[in-house]
Amino acid sequence: MLKEKIQDLFNEPGCDKNQAKSAAERKKGCTTKGLTPGAAAGGCAYDGALIALQPITDVVHLVHGPIACLGNAWDNRHAASSGSQLYRMGFTTDMGELDVVYGGEKKLWKAIRDVIADRDPPAVFVYQTCVPALIGDDIEKVCEAATEKFGRPVVPVNAPGFVGSKNLGNKLGGEALLDYVIGTVEPDDAGPTDVNIIGEYNLSGELWQVKPLLEKLGIRLRACITGDARFQDVATAHRARVNMMVCSQAMINVGRKMQERWGIPYFEGSFYGIEDTSDVLRTMARMLVERGAPADLTDRTEALIAEEEDKAWAAIRAFRPRLEGRKVLLYTGGHKSWSVISALHEVGMEVIRTSVRKATANDKARALDLMDGDESALVGQIPAPEMYRMLEDGEADIMLSGGRTQFIALKARRPWLDINQERHYAYAGYVGMVELVRQLDKAINNPMWALIQKDAPWDEQGQVRTSGGEG
Amino acid sequence: MQKHSDKFVIARKSASTNPLKMSAPLGAAMAYLGLDGCLPLFHGSQGCTAFGLVLLVRHFKEAIPFQTTAMNEVTTILGGMDNVEQAVLNISKRAKPRIIGICSTGLTETRGEDTGADIRVIKARNAEALGDCELVFAATPDFAGGMQEGWGKAVAAIIDAFVPAADGTRALRQVNILAGCHMTPGDVEELRDMVAAFGLEAIVLPDLAGSLDGHVPGRYVPTTYGGTTLEDMGRMHRSVATIAVGEHMRISAERLEARTGVPTRFFDSLTGLDAVDRLMVALSDISGQPVPRKYRRQRSQLVDAMLDGHFHFGQKKIALAAEPDLLWAVGRLFTDLGAELATVVTTVPAPHLERLPCAQIIVGDLWDLEEGAAATGADLLVTHSHGRQASERLGLPLVRVGFPQFDRIGASHQTLIGYRGTRELVCSIANTFIDSQHAHSPQDWQEDRHGGSHAAAG
Repeated sequence: MLKEKIQDLFNEPGCDKNQAKSAAERKKGCTTKGLTPGAAAGGCAYDGALIALQPITDVVHLVHGPIACLGNAWDNRHAASSGSQLYRMGFTTDMGELDVVYGGEKKLWKAIRDVIADRDPPAVFVYQTCVPALIGDDIEKVCEAATEKFGRPVVPVNAPGFVGSKNLGNKLGGEALLDYVIGTVEPDDAGPTDVNIIGEYNLSGELWQVKPLLEKLGIRLRACITGDARFQDVATAHRARVNMMVCSQAMINVGRKMQERWGIPYFEGSFYGIEDTSDVLRTMARMLVERGAPADLTDRTEALIAEEEDKAWAAIRAFRPRLEGRKVLLYTGGHKSWSVISALHEVGMEVIRTSVRKATANDKARALDLMDGDESALVGQIPAPEMYRMLEDGEADIMLSGGRTQFIALKARRPWLDINQERHYAYAGYVGMVELVRQLDKAINNPMWALIQKDAPWDEQGQVRTSGGEG
Repeated sequence: MQKHSDKFVIARKSASTNPLKMSAPLGAAMAYLGLDGCLPLFHGSQGCTAFGLVLLVRHFKEAIPFQTTAMNEVTTILGGMDNVEQAVLNISKRAKPRIIGICSTGLTETRGEDTGADIRVIKARNAEALGDCELVFAATPDFAGGMQEGWGKAVAAIIDAFVPAADGTRALRQVNILAGCHMTPGDVEELRDMVAAFGLEAIVLPDLAGSLDGHVPGRYVPTTYGGTTLEDMGRMHRSVATIAVGEHMRISAERLEARTGVPTRFFDSLTGLDAVDRLMVALSDISGQPVPRKYRRQRSQLVDAMLDGHFHFGQKKIALAAEPDLLWAVGRLFTDLGAELATVVTTVPAPHLERLPCAQIIVGDLWDLEEGAAATGADLLVTHSHGRQASERLGLPLVRVGFPQFDRIGASHQTLIGYRGTRELVCSIANTFIDSQHAHSPQDWQEDRHGGSHAAAG
């Protein structure tokens, strides 16, 4: 069952990456090369499923497994909620030795019963993990029985860690929504401008940087899947007119299958970068009009784009004197490998390298275009010692990357800015790009750098240096 | 199942809610991080490592070397020995560590792999490729115990692997310190300084102060930089005494003593006046030196801080959750100063906790802490950073102790031991009480607010 599901995902026709592969390669699945023992980095499938679904704020997320899977991992992201805080709580069956010996299904059943009694959530999401999968606990059966007995959806999320990478887990999380949630409730308020945004998790509240733009245009966000979502929103998502896919590789299956089942057209887009945001609004408006929204939406959208772009570029240009000529090492991937470059160029910064890991052919082409066709500026993985050297030698003045490489920059005593998922600041939409530039200024122009880059006034033996005199 | 006294309330619930506990392999990995030139390796699926890594990075604000054997569906069925071998060879080639510290996980233990035996084979048939890279292994199933237990298992495995047996020689000014899981790099540094003040040299195992005290090495290093070295461990058998800190280090201490004949001085805690006094007496006894002036002065400062602090601690109700040995150390400090341990939660029913002055101890989670704090009208929450949600909901201040402290910087320097560490802890907690003091109002003494009102003004 799970095996078929995974094969189905590896055949995903909506995924450019999969389609570019041969049949044999495709069967092996995504990112097999990332799983070298002793040289792997990144989360497991369960991690990916949790990331994809946990932003649903008003449900209980119950992890069936030993303590590691939740105890080491709960409340560890910044997906924000405008309402319920239930999703931030950690629930787990905390399997002990006896559960492993006798099986964990009964404990899981009781756990579901108890969380429903204690928290009264509209639904419970149950996450499978390696140990119960290995001993044969059938969470799908338990969830089915619980749904019937307790009269509310108990959704099995069958993505035990060992089946693959985080990315596969994202998709399996999406499958759980397709199989058990989306389309289960009929909304009484469906309208001609309803859209879903899929694959946006509202980290640090980024959704709220773009939602006002939609509101200004009279576009209604039916469901964000899954940032700041309520269960009910997701359950009625099948009545939206258009789907936008963010971070397309992660939940592409959701968009494509919603098109298949309910005829909702989708497009891929990103809120990182000014032109990107404008593209999203333009495409969204066009597709809505094609599906029956008032025709004046197109003109109103163009007017809004013009106004917002002017405002954003003006705000960004104000930082130019403080950032001009500084060199950036952009170490991220996917669409971010190019989408922030134009803002950096606008303030006169030079991007010396950009990493195109996890980027599609289209991403790479856009990055190459922005880097004036310089192939050597597009890089894959940079080994940590090389990254350290580039920063220490001053080839780059700042690195923009994710938390994993944070300390390479900091230990080289160079500025660093988090632009991946653990970031504390929101960088989406027009205001987000201004915020990114503000954060760049804050990081790079801190007077501390001059102080700490100075060596101590003694040598390695502690002998105070006498020459020079200024220390 | 072991029978526990009535003092322990084992929360028999099916859904652990807001866990206090973290996994045993994570504790073992942290112990390995206290070895120099080390790279910990989890034998499990890559998520096991990824989650642990994120938590360690968020707490220590350091790059953490940490790898995985990346088990998948197929290798889970067929067996993971090849993955261990590949991982070890890859790591030794890329990162050139002195030691690879291996832990099993729930996944591989459920399969029933004999990883210890596998590693002996791997070592034997790759002797050339591995060169002087050493391997050490601890069996740490995720479904047994928490961090503290995993840490204890790893330290015992390290002793077995690297400490020689007694050879009849003694280094008269050398002592071993077996540091517990609850000791921060700041604690380790404090203890080493205290030992040094008596003219003794301490070999600390594991030495987080060497590796994770947040220093800037000036070059890129793919393994731990600093910590207990193989050379240090190679001379632990010659020490005149072993100081073991925390009840969970008792097994390691016994093993070390049996192997080396070095007598153990056991300390259940180094927090609080009595506990530090005992340490001073022991160090004076071992070294033949009087207690240094610096510590006589520090003792006096602690006494003074307790005098100033007791006003704020007296009759305060504390809701405290931690692994057993941290709980023991910190809990005793509160009761020493007249506070009441109104709600106490821990991860495993450690027998020595029966002597903790409180009515009952719940073996449970942070929801038990939250409910208990609400029911008993607690004044303060004391636990790790995951207590922040309870703190928000209850509107109670939170003093963060233990691991993880992901919403703080400088967590590795938090020092809870010695006269100085205890003094700082007393002051910071008293200051927290002062910050959340009840503002006086005309209603304080009205008839319908009988009794409790004045106490609230404390």
